[in-house]
Amino acid sequence: MHDFELVKPASVAEAVAALGAEGAQALSGGQTLLPSMKQRLAAPERLVSLGDIAEMKGVCLGDRGLAVGGATPHAVVAREAKAHYPALAWLAGEIGDPSVRARGTIGGSLANNDPAACYPAAALGSGATIVTDRREIAADAFFQGLFTTALEEGEIITSVHFPIPEKAAYMKFAQPASRFALVGVFVAKFADGVRVAITGAGEDGVFRWTEAEAALGADFRPEAVEGLALSAGGMLGDMHGAPAYRANLVKVLTRRAVAAA
Amino acid sequence: MPKDGGIGASTLRREDIRFLTGKGRYTADINLRGQAFACFLRSEVAHGRIRSIDTSAAEEMPGVLAVMTGEDFTEVGGNPTGWLVQSRDGATMKEPKRPVLAHGKVRHVGDAYALVVAETYEQAKDACEAIEADIEELPAIVDMAAAVADTTNRVHDECDDNVVFDWGWIEENRAAVDAAFETAPHVTTLELVNNRLSPNAMEPRASIGDFDSGTGDYKLYTTSQNPHLTRLLISAFVMGIPENKLTVIAPDVGGGFGSKIYHYGEEAAVLAASKRLDRPVKWVCDRSEAFLSDAHGRDHVTKIQLATDMEGNFLAVRTETLANMGAYLSNFATCTPTFLHGTLMAGPYKTPHVYVNVKAVMTNTVPVDAYRGAGRPEATYSLERVIDKAADELGIDPWEIRRKNFIDPDQFPYTTPVGLVYDTGNYHATMDKLRELSDVAGFEARATESAAKGKLRGFGLSTWIEACGIAPSNLVGVLGCRVGLYDAATIRVNATGNISVLVGAHSHGQGHETVFAQLIAEKLGVDAKSVEIVHGDTSKIPFGMGTYGSRSLAVCGSAMMKAADKIIDKGKKIAAHMLEAAEGDIEFNDGSFSVAGTDRQKSFAEIAFSAYVPHNYPLETLEPGLEETAFYDPANFTYPAGAYGCEVEVDPETGGVDIVRFTCADDFGNVINPMIVAGQVHGGVAQGIGQALLEGVVYNEDGQLLTGSYMDYAMPRADDVPNFTVDHSCVTPCTHNPLGAKGCGEAGAIGTPPAVVNAVIDALHRAGHRHITHIDMPLTPSRVWTAMHG
Ligand SMILES: Cc1cc2nc3c(=O)[nH]c(=O)nc-3n(C[C@H](O)[C@H](O)[C@H](O)COP(=O)(O)OP(=O)(O)OC[C@H]3O[C@@H](n4cnc5c(N)ncnc54)[C@H](O)[C@@H]3O)c2cc1C
Repeated sequence: MHDFELVKPASVAEAVAALGAEGAQALSGGQTLLPSMKQRLAAPERLVSLGDIAEMKGVCLGDRGLAVGGATPHAVVAREAKAHYPALAWLAGEIGDPSVRARGTIGGSLANNDPAACYPAAALGSGATIVTDRREIAADAFFQGLFTTALEEGEIITSVHFPIPEKAAYMKFAQPASRFALVGVFVAKFADGVRVAITGAGEDGVFRWTEAEAALGADFRPEAVEGLALSAGGMLGDMHGAPAYRANLVKVLTRRAVAAA
Repeated sequence: MPKDGGIGASTLRREDIRFLTGKGRYTADINLRGQAFACFLRSEVAHGRIRSIDTSAAEEMPGVLAVMTGEDFTEVGGNPTGWLVQSRDGATMKEPKRPVLAHGKVRHVGDAYALVVAETYEQAKDACEAIEADIEELPAIVDMAAAVADTTNRVHDECDDNVVFDWGWIEENRAAVDAAFETAPHVTTLELVNNRLSPNAMEPRASIGDFDSGTGDYKLYTTSQNPHLTRLLISAFVMGIPENKLTVIAPDVGGGFGSKIYHYGEEAAVLAASKRLDRPVKWVCDRSEAFLSDAHGRDHVTKIQLATDMEGNFLAVRTETLANMGAYLSNFATCTPTFLHGTLMAGPYKTPHVYVNVKAVMTNTVPVDAYRGAGRPEATYSLERVIDKAADELGIDPWEIRRKNFIDPDQFPYTTPVGLVYDTGNYHATMDKLRELSDVAGFEARATESAAKGKLRGFGLSTWIEACGIAPSNLVGVLGCRVGLYDAATIRVNATGNISVLVGAHSHGQGHETVFAQLIAEKLGVDAKSVEIVHGDTSKIPFGMGTYGSRSLAVCGSAMMKAADKIIDKGKKIAAHMLEAAEGDIEFNDGSFSVAGTDRQKSFAEIAFSAYVPHNYPLETLEPGLEETAFYDPANFTYPAGAYGCEVEVDPETGGVDIVRFTCADDFGNVINPMIVAGQVHGGVAQGIGQALLEGVVYNEDGQLLTGSYMDYAMPRADDVPNFTVDHSCVTPCTHNPLGAKGCGEAGAIGTPPAVVNAVIDALHRAGHRHITHIDMPLTPSRVWTAMHG
């Protein structure tokens, strides 16, 4: 790891100011950033820690659904979202291992937009709104490809607002080594329709399976997706699963998610 | 009831107190005054010619003390291979040179070609990045078949066809085996891959070189399973440091699984750097480096054929294997696919004709060497898979086909057609035990339950045998081994009666400190707590060949028994004098020397005291002191064996495999500490499950390692394995060592993979996928699903 300066602001405003410096980068749970620094793949000169910013932490129910502070660790979401949004809480509780969940945060996960990460499926599948220090971004506009988001340089996710569906479930099929999602499917049924978000499978990262949404919107039963043909084109392929295998998992897990919702 | 702390007692592991409370002292925990830190620069290409290395910028970096390259080691010798194997045509194998640091060429991703020593680790690492190397990339040789086919592209110029040897075992029998195949009523053929594994010991390698310019002595602290062998290799081959000027210390070592048997270039490099700088030089491998530089295991591509009659009697076995050596020959790379593999190809069966052919192939990959089981898992896997396939083709029950071919209990000693003499065993007994513990009768009901959940249940059977307790030195010498394979122990009884036992076997997780103390406690009738086991330091231990191949108890334990016999003999002489009796009348029982038929006796402690305070002592005929050393060279290998049963549930929609039951019935001979034996089996089975379902090193065609971290290399975790049922109540004691012990360390890793794969194939067959005759390991969900639907 290269040397760096560590800044610990107490407010979002201070953090934004600190991030204005050349070579500065936000540090949240560090579960992604620190390993890449140790491997010398990243070498920020200044880390701006978000861990001490009280206004970015916690889970609370409001009129826009469930608000989760951008620096809220997965373990807290797993615990505190349970009563309000069990599918979201369950997803958070399945991320990594206890130490990863104790440190890793929702803001870090969404900002990173790993194609195999779980939270992007929840955000997109819920139609969440990502709130930053300067604006609000709809999940549909937020995810822009592998490790790419709508965030600008130095922009901080301060909270995420999740509309609460009538029914929802997340099904994760773990990649055997990393136990990230080889494929993860988040299904949410709202009064005005169904959203199906797929992570782990798409060449461009998380995406919505719109055919399934339409079919499930008409008939919210596992059988509804049976007849759908999902092409392997556009699916990721690697040693853990070829595109055709991932396409199969998407369908299987969607069915299972609907059954579990 | 075994005596508390004696043989047969499940004594808790005394070493765990320090391991579990953070008091272990591993190489990385050792910090010497004035130490500097080393960092190695490793090749990013699989194959390349080093045109030039410019170290000038690196030398100017802050804190940098020295930069060394392959040029600095042209004077020292190379790291040798420990075993010279002969080809079928009688030619001695090729032995391409393995330098301390790559010189002229880099041959695999991770091949170290420069070393920086600096005041801190970070400074050394920074300076590594400032080294400018001009490396002309050459086409990578990754696939073994391609390496054999295209001999214009060579890993080593000295190895002109990329084949180190072409070994036939036993070559004279080849014609008879081929003839048996020609007339056989049925031949089953199977082509399979034994996947390459990365050992992943919990503690990565680490070494500290410490040269003392005052005395000219060298000390090497290192993560080794056999410090004396490392000393021998460095002294006799690599650096020429006299053995009496080099101490090798392997303190607590956090697992090895084979990967720490070998001498590695980093060890020689830190010694040389320490001498140059006159300061201790420390190197600690990080996990990414470990994936790129610890010797890998397995990596065979095999075609096996089994000839039978229509009743399933085995008539002949024939195999052809390509064994990957990687880019350099690691110390025991050549014996693993040959004498530890071909000689086991008879298994526990009375197949009359067996012939094994192995070609050892160089590729631009990390060197491959012995890894838990070493050759025997490969042999067992090939054999137990082809047997299941034959049973299926012939319509014979897998239990039945094995049973009818077993060597029967009254046939021992049994000479196999591949050169081993099994001294004892009872394969029917372990299989019967397995059948009983597996609840075969309840299988159908369990399968129905699985089906109700949408899962396919299958049962897989495997038997295994291994040759361990390596090995009779004269025999291995004839076969090309360059070292002897005895072991040694010194029992030092101190004046106050407590005991230090200095042993050549090294403990790096096995629990020797507990088990060896139990042996001595039982044998000498003393409290186990008064026995201390000392290992891992060449300046303290008489000699030893270390720990691998499940040999510690059978070989080093036997040396301890021999030394203890000498202690008892001397004790009897002292007692005879003190008790004024004839030596022949002295009996030793349970810690006390007594005159036969009387109540006159002296305790062990009294005898020990008298040996060191010899006031009433036969000084004219007997030296004072009570310390004895014994070397033990085994008369034969030991042959533990067993039968394993695995039950799986396959999810037909995802291809996911869940192991729901796993049962082991083993014959390890006499067992000293059942708890530790069970632990060894648990660990071995977990490793076997890892190989069968999860683990596999993957290179792309450019020789880049795709499984270079735990993000892609899947190690088994607690929830990947079921609760195991392990049994070792079937005992046929080894006939030729004083303990009757056979060895248990590798069993799980040997017997498990075929049981798992057989179970998955069985599940798929029961569900109607009869066309699937084989799936290569690891049986990942995607591979299983693709076999079913692809
Ligand atoms: C062993 C292990 C297993 C894991 N398993 C899973 C899994 O199963 N599923 C899964 O989804 N994830 C998994 N993860 C990833 C984990 O969820 C991380 O928490 C997440 O990827 C990053 O979150 P973080 O808070 O640690 O971010 P950091 O590592 O601190 O930062 C990551 C990136 O996001 C930026 N960033 C951080 N916070 C913000 C913010 N509020 N606003 C803007 N930018 C920000 C940083 O600058 C950096 O670029 C795993 C990680 C590990 C180490």
